[in-house]
Amino acid sequence: MELTIGAVVKGGTSLGYKTGSWRDERPVLDMEKCKACGQCESVCPDSAVHVVAEAYMIDYDYCKGCGLCAYECPADAIVMIKEEK
Amino acid sequence: MGVVKVLEGSEAVALAVKACRPQVISAYPISPQTHIVESLARMAADGELETQYVRVESEFSAASVISGASAAGSRAYTASSSQGLLLMTEVLYASVGMRLPFVITGVNRQISAPISIQVDHQDTMSLRDSGVMQFYVESSQEAYDTHIAAFKIAEEANILLPVMVCMDGWILTHSYEQVSLLSQEEVDGFLPPFRPADFLTISDPKSWGSYAEENMLMEFKYAVQQAMDYGKGRIKEIFSELSAITGRDYGGLIEAYRTEGADFILVAMGSVAGTAKEAVDQLREAGKKVGLVKIRCYRPFPHEDIWEAVKGAKIVGVMEANFSFGSEGAVSMDLKSRLCGRKDAPVVLDFIAGLGGREVDMAGIAALVERMEKASNDGVRMMEPQWIGLDPTIFSRGAK
Repeated sequence: MELTIGAVVKGGTSLGYKTGSWRDERPVLDMEKCKACGQCESVCPDSAVHVVAEAYMIDYDYCKGCGLCAYECPADAIVMIKEEK
Repeated sequence: MGVVKVLEGSEAVALAVKACRPQVISAYPISPQTHIVESLARMAADGELETQYVRVESEFSAASVISGASAAGSRAYTASSSQGLLLMTEVLYASVGMRLPFVITGVNRQISAPISIQVDHQDTMSLRDSGVMQFYVESSQEAYDTHIAAFKIAEEANILLPVMVCMDGWILTHSYEQVSLLSQEEVDGFLPPFRPADFLTISDPKSWGSYAEENMLMEFKYAVQQAMDYGKGRIKEIFSELSAITGRDYGGLIEAYRTEGADFILVAMGSVAGTAKEAVDQLREAGKKVGLVKIRCYRPFPHEDIWEAVKGAKIVGVMEANFSFGSEGAVSMDLKSRLCGRKDAPVVLDFIAGLGGREVDMAGIAALVERMEKASNDGVRMMEPQWIGLDPTIFSRGAK
């Protein structure tokens, strides 16, 4: 990090920070159960749920594993699995 | 030169701010600051002042608006008092870290409870550690001049800090005084438009006050202290530049008043310095070797200038309208911090005077000098802070 007056840094750089490494539990979506209601997308605080090719998918580069999507999913289509290294 | 008018202190400040062409003003009214921001709002509404006047629902928002405006490259201004300044505090600390050079008038008023709207310095003193530069003024004329200097000081590339001009509520803001005004051309010549190197813009997105880990945070804080240290010299130069235009010279960071050969030197800030000067004159006429140091710039604290003024004195008596509960007055702490290591440093006594608007008159100041003389004769080297004018009978009756 550089010492800048006022701690001014270049903006719009958040995509460069892959916060997925913070996760200790991973949400796993069961496509068979998913009703495509979009609840998971709307509650995700990291905007890490996207629609790709008309299906919901979780972006593990940014998902911090908070579990909100699994908690809110009305179809119980998301389960949290322990991350292991 | 401009014109000389008899003005209410608040109006003088509003005219000084107007002449500095702030692009954004945001404020929430609180006594005794109200007349300043009312005047500016009227000037903006009448088209006399081209500015964005943002009305807000709290002082927290007022400070937030001007910090955002300042980050966007605008010259910005606000004013508040007492609880209002306390509500701004969180934003002001952040603004220091983001190095945003706006100007605030801190109209001094005591802090609740009990509620009172009378003057003391407890409110602005609570911001002394924030990194906001602080000036205290004695008169409406000095308030006018100091506001014009304040924008230039704040915006100096090697300073870039918020600057607060502190003025006593009611005594200065609501009394009428002859004030000499500068012409717009003179102010424009002194204060160029604000053109920061960095500012918020959509074409080049940046973020202010970003994250600092434990390996960098101390360096960011030290950079603020460097700006304060640099400011000591630059502030004097800026005041000199202004003096060359106004013909008025208040001294630099301090005003040393009849301190030559003085054995007993009073230290004061704000309007009480005027009363103290009169008292010093009378005491000098009576053959007493008394002087006064008026602190104009409180942050950065003028340790060296004060030493130059008080060396050789026997006793320095600090009259201050603030108190750090559990300890003593803040000004005496500041003063002693660098005097105590000096050879032959004078003894510093702390007099708490004028809390909540308690009258400090010439007789009171003369009595205070007598206490300094007695302490000197008795060989006193230190003393508990003395609360001046406290009525002991109230305590003998006990709390009900």
